[in-house]
Amino acid sequence: MTKAKISLVLRLLAVGSTAAAIAIMVTSHETAKVLNLSFDAKYSYTSAFVYFVIAEGIAGGYSLVSLLLSCKPVFWRLVMMMDVVIAMLLSSSISAAVAIGEVGKKGNSHAGWLPICGQVPKFCDQLTGALIAGFVAAAIYLVLLLCSLRSLFALKP
Amino acid sequence: MALDNGAKPEAVHDSTLVSKAPSNQVLLVLRLVAFFATAAATIVMALNKETKTIVVATIGSTPINATLTAKFQDTPAFVFFVIANGMASLHNLLMVVVEIWGHKFDYKGLRLAMIAVLDMMTVALASGGDGAATFMAELGKKGNSHARWNKICDKFGTFCDHGAGAIISSFVGLLLLVLITALSIGRLVKPRPATLSPV
Repeated sequence: MTKAKISLVLRLLAVGSTAAAIAIMVTSHETAKVLNLSFDAKYSYTSAFVYFVIAEGIAGGYSLVSLLLSCKPVFWRLVMMMDVVIAMLLSSSISAAVAIGEVGKKGNSHAGWLPICGQVPKFCDQLTGALIAGFVAAAIYLVLLLCSLRSLFALKP
Repeated sequence: MALDNGAKPEAVHDSTLVSKAPSNQVLLVLRLVAFFATAAATIVMALNKETKTIVVATIGSTPINATLTAKFQDTPAFVFFVIANGMASLHNLLMVVVEIWGHKFDYKGLRLAMIAVLDMMTVALASGGDGAATFMAELGKKGNSHARWNKICDKFGTFCDHGAGAIISSFVGLLLLVLITALSIGRLVKPRPATLSPV
């Protein structure tokens, strides 16, 4: 039964980290004034961060549902397939958010894009926190996949 | 006893008959198509380069030209995309080879499980590459007025088109990879009484 308990604990942790990622990102908002230009930074200005919030929301909701479903062993195949899909969703959302965040932090000299973290440092810090929480959620789901697969070996005598 | 499904008898004492089961052939075809899709995405993005000479300023009557090059290495997102799709296509190739020739190798009966685990890892990696490249391409196409980032697709149209093609091909490969993973897991969970030998 310990394998089922590990899976439950991991799903609970996943709910926690996705909720944290969403909360930190949604509350990140900063306004800066640089040379009479008002610089407003919000997560919703970038579609990658909006996708990140939506994906974490879906993953958090699914983690809650699968917490309840995994008590009934008849659903385990469906839960395993959905785990793969949600892991894929989390992985793609964190990569997209990190890619755009990296452009914001370092800029891209080839495209003529200036970094913005110098003007809105608090916004950047909060974003970093949200991305770390999202990364933890993705890692938890990868470990969950391995655990589910390992529990299949118990079928063999 | 050995028939878990009356329609397709899998005689597991003869290893060649196992490979002829319909689900194995479907899996093989899917893996081949996924290999071509991810390989095409890797190659198209890796060869994605466009050079353009733009008139930057005009002094008197002589225009000053600047040569700008857009290549995929400029953006870490595209580099990750190329690496992720390269590894995904290598994985698909390896799995195709194992499906055709590797039925004799079995490490403690864990061969199918290792295949399923590797499939899951590849799905996660490929989806990460796709997500990053998609949003970076969207940033290049539309820019971001709030961050004062200009779009680049109006100047480097061919670069953007090739990138879009590579990303679409990679999405096809990713979809197929998800299907393949589902089939691998399905293959895994069907209990095959003849292979369950006391270890």
